[in-house]
Amino acid sequence: MKEEKVDVAVIGAGAAGLAAATVIAAAGRKALVIDREDFPGGILRQCIHSGFGLKYYHEELTGPEYAERATIAAQKAGASFALGCTVTDIQIDMMGEFTLVLLSAADGVRKVHADAIVLAMGCRERNRGNIATPGTRPAGVFTAGSAQKLLNLEGCLPGKTAVIVGSGDIGLIMARRLKWSGMEVKGVVEIMPHPSGLARNIAQCLEDFGIPLWLEHSVTRIIGRDRVEGVEVAPLNHGEPDMSRSFTLECDTLLYSVGLIPETELAQQAGVLLDRDTGGPLVDANYETSVSGIFSAGNVLHVHDLVDFVSEEATRMAHCVLARLDGAPSAEKVGNEVGSNLKYVVPAFHTPGATTNFSFRPLIIADEALLRAESEGKTIWEKKLRFVRPAEMISVTLPGELLGHAPITFHLQDTATR
Amino acid sequence: MIYDVAIIGAGVSGAATAWQLSRYELKTILLEKAADVGFGVSKANSGIVHGGFHHPVSSLKARLEIRGNLMFEKLHHELGFPFKRCGILVAAFSEEEMSQVRKLYNQGIANGVTNLEMCSHERMLALEPKLNSEVVGGFYCPGGGTVEPYRYVFSLVEFAVRNGTELLCNWHLTKGEYLGDHWRLTAADGGIVEARYVVNAAGLFADEVSRSCGGEEFRIHPRKGEEYLLDRSSKGCPSHVIFPVPTKHSKGVLVIPTSEGTTMIGPTADPVDDKLDTETTSAHLRRILDQVRSMVNGISHRDLITSFAGLRPVLDTEDFYIAPSQKAPAFIQVAGIQSPGLTASPAIGEYVKDLLKGEGLRLMEKLHIEYELSPRHEARHETIENLDKLHDEDPAWTHIICRCEKISEAEIVEAVRKGHTTVDGVKFYTRAGMGRCQGGFCSAKILKIISRESGIPMQELTKRGGSSRILYGTLGDLEVRL
Repeated sequence: MKEEKVDVAVIGAGAAGLAAATVIAAAGRKALVIDREDFPGGILRQCIHSGFGLKYYHEELTGPEYAERATIAAQKAGASFALGCTVTDIQIDMMGEFTLVLLSAADGVRKVHADAIVLAMGCRERNRGNIATPGTRPAGVFTAGSAQKLLNLEGCLPGKTAVIVGSGDIGLIMARRLKWSGMEVKGVVEIMPHPSGLARNIAQCLEDFGIPLWLEHSVTRIIGRDRVEGVEVAPLNHGEPDMSRSFTLECDTLLYSVGLIPETELAQQAGVLLDRDTGGPLVDANYETSVSGIFSAGNVLHVHDLVDFVSEEATRMAHCVLARLDGAPSAEKVGNEVGSNLKYVVPAFHTPGATTNFSFRPLIIADEALLRAESEGKTIWEKKLRFVRPAEMISVTLPGELLGHAPITFHLQDTATR
Repeated sequence: MIYDVAIIGAGVSGAATAWQLSRYELKTILLEKAADVGFGVSKANSGIVHGGFHHPVSSLKARLEIRGNLMFEKLHHELGFPFKRCGILVAAFSEEEMSQVRKLYNQGIANGVTNLEMCSHERMLALEPKLNSEVVGGFYCPGGGTVEPYRYVFSLVEFAVRNGTELLCNWHLTKGEYLGDHWRLTAADGGIVEARYVVNAAGLFADEVSRSCGGEEFRIHPRKGEEYLLDRSSKGCPSHVIFPVPTKHSKGVLVIPTSEGTTMIGPTADPVDDKLDTETTSAHLRRILDQVRSMVNGISHRDLITSFAGLRPVLDTEDFYIAPSQKAPAFIQVAGIQSPGLTASPAIGEYVKDLLKGEGLRLMEKLHIEYELSPRHEARHETIENLDKLHDEDPAWTHIICRCEKISEAEIVEAVRKGHTTVDGVKFYTRAGMGRCQGGFCSAKILKIISRESGIPMQELTKRGGSSRILYGTLGDLEVRL
């Protein structure tokens, strides 16, 4: 059984893991990036469309290009890779040293000892079973991401005529991709009154191709015995399908793009507490989880809208990992909460006096809005925002001098109508 | 060649019959309409090994249930399928229900079931702290359990095949004629099988098979049951199977800790017309959730990972119909095998064997029988030291394909080599794709492995045979019109 010792074990070679390993290795620390796949890059590898990197690399890149840049940066910095490896266990000894158990075809069982761990596992897609779409169980039902993988990495066509369930970004991107592959796309069915994906994807992936988007509609039944033959769609009336106005769309393929769930199973196994609002690990201002020495960033922490923000967040986290390796104490924790119209705040804690970047997901659509931080009944900070959308993350930096020893509650107000 | 026995249908009843007959010097053939065995009634049910208290012993099904229940330990040991005798709790939530529970208890005692225990409110909560604290009382049947039904069928068939039984899948009977001393069975594709005896174990289609062989006229009424599966992290996973007080047509909606660590809730019981109607509905999901939440705490719709529906093959009598046909010679009817058919199945196999003997089939025990299937390795259950050793034999043992259930490439290869070449067949054999992501991450990898091992091109692989193709071609096959 192969054993080795590293400073930091980074789990996941997607954008977050690569950015973190780059910083850690560049500081002269031994970083090992572990991934199940045989190539680094994570989900970026199957995202062959462009639109990545404008913020982080200041130029427009495709997913594989972004992955390549991030990989080369990590390699140049001196990070090493364990690819084709699945982490099956994380053990913590009395001294706080971690041991990861890795399985791979190449090395069999391999043990990696580490002083710190970075959780950068990303997320998985919510599927048909999770939302319990009624009907039959034929072939031809895919999550948008798995269809993307089959099409872009394996060159396989999932069908001829598709309906997309949910207007998440992957679903929108796939609507266009299917069109470009010669498939017919009957439309996108979304239960919310607004799209879940970015406005630019609605325009570039649906509108440019004349693909209908049915908002406030639900797929009420999957039809077809062996293979999908169609779906029954109904408009929603106060959240309930109005069957009197239902209609059938004939199709042989269904793609689900109905949300992402952080892949936290390993984190939970290691004893990391989760944030109820994000579903990801609960972290302090240093991105350190409830288990000392385990850090987390990227989509496993909370689902980001742009990969650039993932790289930025992981970079910030990596500096905190380095500080802890150099002997800095763990962060002092003061709780943060979300009040009106916000789904979550990350990090869930701040450190008094330390300038902190906060990320939020809004629950409302507002052309003008006010984001307000409240502490001990007083507004300590506020910022006007424009074009607030649930599909887009809000990211702000609060100066350290404003962050005291009292908890902070964040509120978002729609100010456009006033 | 003329076989001694042809068994029509490779569900639990047919498979258990084949398992029994394979111990004797007989040429037996198992004929299955679907692409793999156990793909009908047997794959879609609650997987309960019942306790023998639900039906009066005057019924054939109760007698076979009680006998079958007792056979599971040995079978589990010999054949290695997942089985747990976790016990059954019947929970009552009113005094009226308690009087029903007492009747069930008495029936169980009358049926000769041992170790039954009437339980107070306190005793119920001590046995199962996840029960709703409003439980009035109930009774405990430690002899009940759970089994993975498809794994069980696969094991029975594997045993039979190891011991000389032939298996033909995608074999759809259209006609059976008795030619004076043997049967000539014709398949939809023109294939012919000849055998001296025929066992009709065709599940939902037993009525049609009987008719096409000139046997008795009867009707199988499909009764649908919807089931929902919860993630293994569900806080609502009890340590016993939780039953409500039963109704006339069903044992009620249960909370089931499956033998593989997930939680299943269901089934409903609704008569349907179509023998292929396995649709699920949101109204039933709501009903199931309401009913199980009133019994067990911690069950959330957020933990749902998949749903399915199965059909019980019900006869007007509500009992099993296992008997030599009075109309068709050398023909054994095995029909109406609804709940507790899975529990009863080992005893059904035995019973059918005895009926065949009564009809003149000569049974001579084989000198050499492989009584035990070689134990299967499963990466998720191995120690890391063992895994390292297995890796030395085959690196595929430490190549994890299905991350949610920790299924290695070696297990998938084994499934394909044992003849499971559909995606569902591989899933049921290995659990690959059965976890929380439902194949979202691993389906492309699994398709590639099945294709590589079976020689079937990726594009022709199916979910469960027939026209359930997964893919429609390759990039470039379709003309792009924008």
